[in-house]
Amino acid sequence: MAKRRDIGKKKVDASNPKEDAIEVMATVIEPLPNAMFRVELENKHQVLAHISGKMRKNFIRILAGDKVAVELSPYDLTRGRIVYRYK
Amino acid sequence: MHRAGLIVWDVLTSLREMVRPGTTTMDLEKLAERRTAECGARPAFKGYLGYPCVLCTSINEEVVHGIPSATRRLREGDVVSLDFGVEFEGYFADAAVTVPVGKIQPELETLLRVTRESLDRAIEKVRPGNRLSDVSAAVQEWVERHRFSVVREFVGHGIGTKMHEEPQLPNYGDPGHGPRLQEGMVLAIEPMVNAGGPGVRVLEDKWTAVTADGSCSAHFEHTVAVTSNGPWVLTRPRKVTGPSW
Repeated sequence: MAKRRDIGKKKVDASNPKEDAIEVMATVIEPLPNAMFRVELENKHQVLAHISGKMRKNFIRILAGDKVAVELSPYDLTRGRIVYRYK
Repeated sequence: MHRAGLIVWDVLTSLREMVRPGTTTMDLEKLAERRTAECGARPAFKGYLGYPCVLCTSINEEVVHGIPSATRRLREGDVVSLDFGVEFEGYFADAAVTVPVGKIQPELETLLRVTRESLDRAIEKVRPGNRLSDVSAAVQEWVERHRFSVVREFVGHGIGTKMHEEPQLPNYGDPGHGPRLQEGMVLAIEPMVNAGGPGVRVLEDKWTAVTADGSCSAHFEHTVAVTSNGPWVLTRPRKVTGPSW
């Protein structure tokens, strides 16, 4: 008996890519050009982090020594995204 | 699965002998039902998604899933596709053959021959290492070379402990895509070929699929296993070789 062809719906990837990120605390070491920063994580690793779009839009200024929250991609642990600056 | 396949072969062989002008499709249904019971198998179609019969009988412009009827008589010059499957000891087998009723038009003979040959060619591709779409492409290439068209809406399928398993096996596509075939996989390969355009629609009974342009359609099917020695057609005895039907 012939099977009715079902056109498999593209599986909707429920997890937004940003949701897989690991969020960690970090301290900014030095500002770099293009809104990039070198930050030191709590575990003493140094990673390159850029500012999240939302923070950039709202002109959150980040200086050396600031405490920030950084999201790390599980795929590339050498880069992160700064999502919050603690006061 | 081979034993299930042999029952299918057996039933289809006796059905073919019964195809002659004047037979109703319900007569064929009754015979199929009786033979299946004698073999101790369970008909696979009856009740599948609510299908009412053990057999599909699709005459002329009917592509697949024609429901047997006590009032529908075969007439000289018709072509009727008999599609049948069983479950035996937990395993399924599924096959189909299109049979001429008496003497038929030469174009119809060509349609039947090309469809059967497209199945032969598809079966040849069932070897470990080949890709799934190599099988599909073999059907499409042969069919379209003869200016017929391949039905898109219905597809072959994996088969095993269920009648329809993954993967779907369309009868069209470019070669070299899809999963690689491995020893032990079993596929129901079933080219459905229209003399006219590829379009089909399903009638109000929710089952019978007919060609959109009213042209005749043919359908051949076997359940085929991938083995290291190449294809093994499960729905016929091992001693039968040569063309698929």
